[in-house]
Amino acid sequence: MAHDDVALASQPPLSHEHGGMGVFYWVWGGLLLLTAIEVVLAYQNLALATMLFILLGLSFVKSGLIIGWFMHLKYETKRMRWLLMASLVACLCLMMAFFPDARRLLHMGIQGH
Amino acid sequence: MADAVMHPPLEAYEPPLMGTNSRKLGMWLFLLSDSLTFGALIFAYSYSRMSTPNWPTPFNSGSIINATIMTGVLLTSSLTMVLAVAASARGNVKATVQWLLVTMACGIAFVVLHLREWFKLINVENMWFNQGPGGVPQFSGTFFTLTGMHMLHVTIGVLYLGGVAWRFRRGTLRANDVEVSGLYWHFVDLVWMFIFPMVYLMSTRIQ
Repeated sequence: MAHDDVALASQPPLSHEHGGMGVFYWVWGGLLLLTAIEVVLAYQNLALATMLFILLGLSFVKSGLIIGWFMHLKYETKRMRWLLMASLVACLCLMMAFFPDARRLLHMGIQGH
Repeated sequence: MADAVMHPPLEAYEPPLMGTNSRKLGMWLFLLSDSLTFGALIFAYSYSRMSTPNWPTPFNSGSIINATIMTGVLLTSSLTMVLAVAASARGNVKATVQWLLVTMACGIAFVVLHLREWFKLINVENMWFNQGPGGVPQFSGTFFTLTGMHMLHVTIGVLYLGGVAWRFRRGTLRANDVEVSGLYWHFVDLVWMFIFPMVYLMSTRIQ
């Protein structure tokens, strides 16, 4: 309990004094704008790989805005930022190990039963 | 006075390792593990898509408009959650509860719109977990599991925020607890930012 009190006392109150509340309205507007761009792109008949590349890029920008500002990680300690993000990215990258197998299945042409 | 005897002054403790309190750190660690759950489901969807020829594209303009509105509602709920957290930090109980209720209403609207989409796919496209459009059950299996898991998280989030609003109003929770519940809500929003383009926009049926 006392340790928590120390932590709470050492943290800035979440009054969003880092630029005021206006920054959150800008972030919200930015997120809506990026969503609108995504929807417009969906109707452009782009090549699938190009589409995936752009949409994923926009999704990472949006997640950065949400994690950084809405979830307040931008204002946490450097140690916490690195620990959380590095472990998440490392684990998600490990999952990519399965993708070559998916391509292999596609080329093998597995027949349905 | 008794408290001062029982506990040494705050300066006696060394600062926390992560510079934050244990509740917030606990929530971050939970979200980290939960993001791996969603990561695995999104990777399973992507794996199925990569390994399956003739992947179906069942989402027409109506579905995309519906999903876009859902996205807007969820993004707006994140803003109202931020306003609830800011109000709680100012000690404004009434505004905190009001913004939490608005956030819950957005969450409910999201679930209703999502269920509408589900019923349309089930009734019109004849989709179910093991029965996919165009004879591709991998699509419906991964789609319903991924979006169902997300919908479950939104529903739990609505109940969680309801509990936080109730207890904050009664004075048994602090502003810090509202902030921790906000982390969960923003995470649910964050996951949808990947599901919406990966599942919906990448499977549009343009007419």
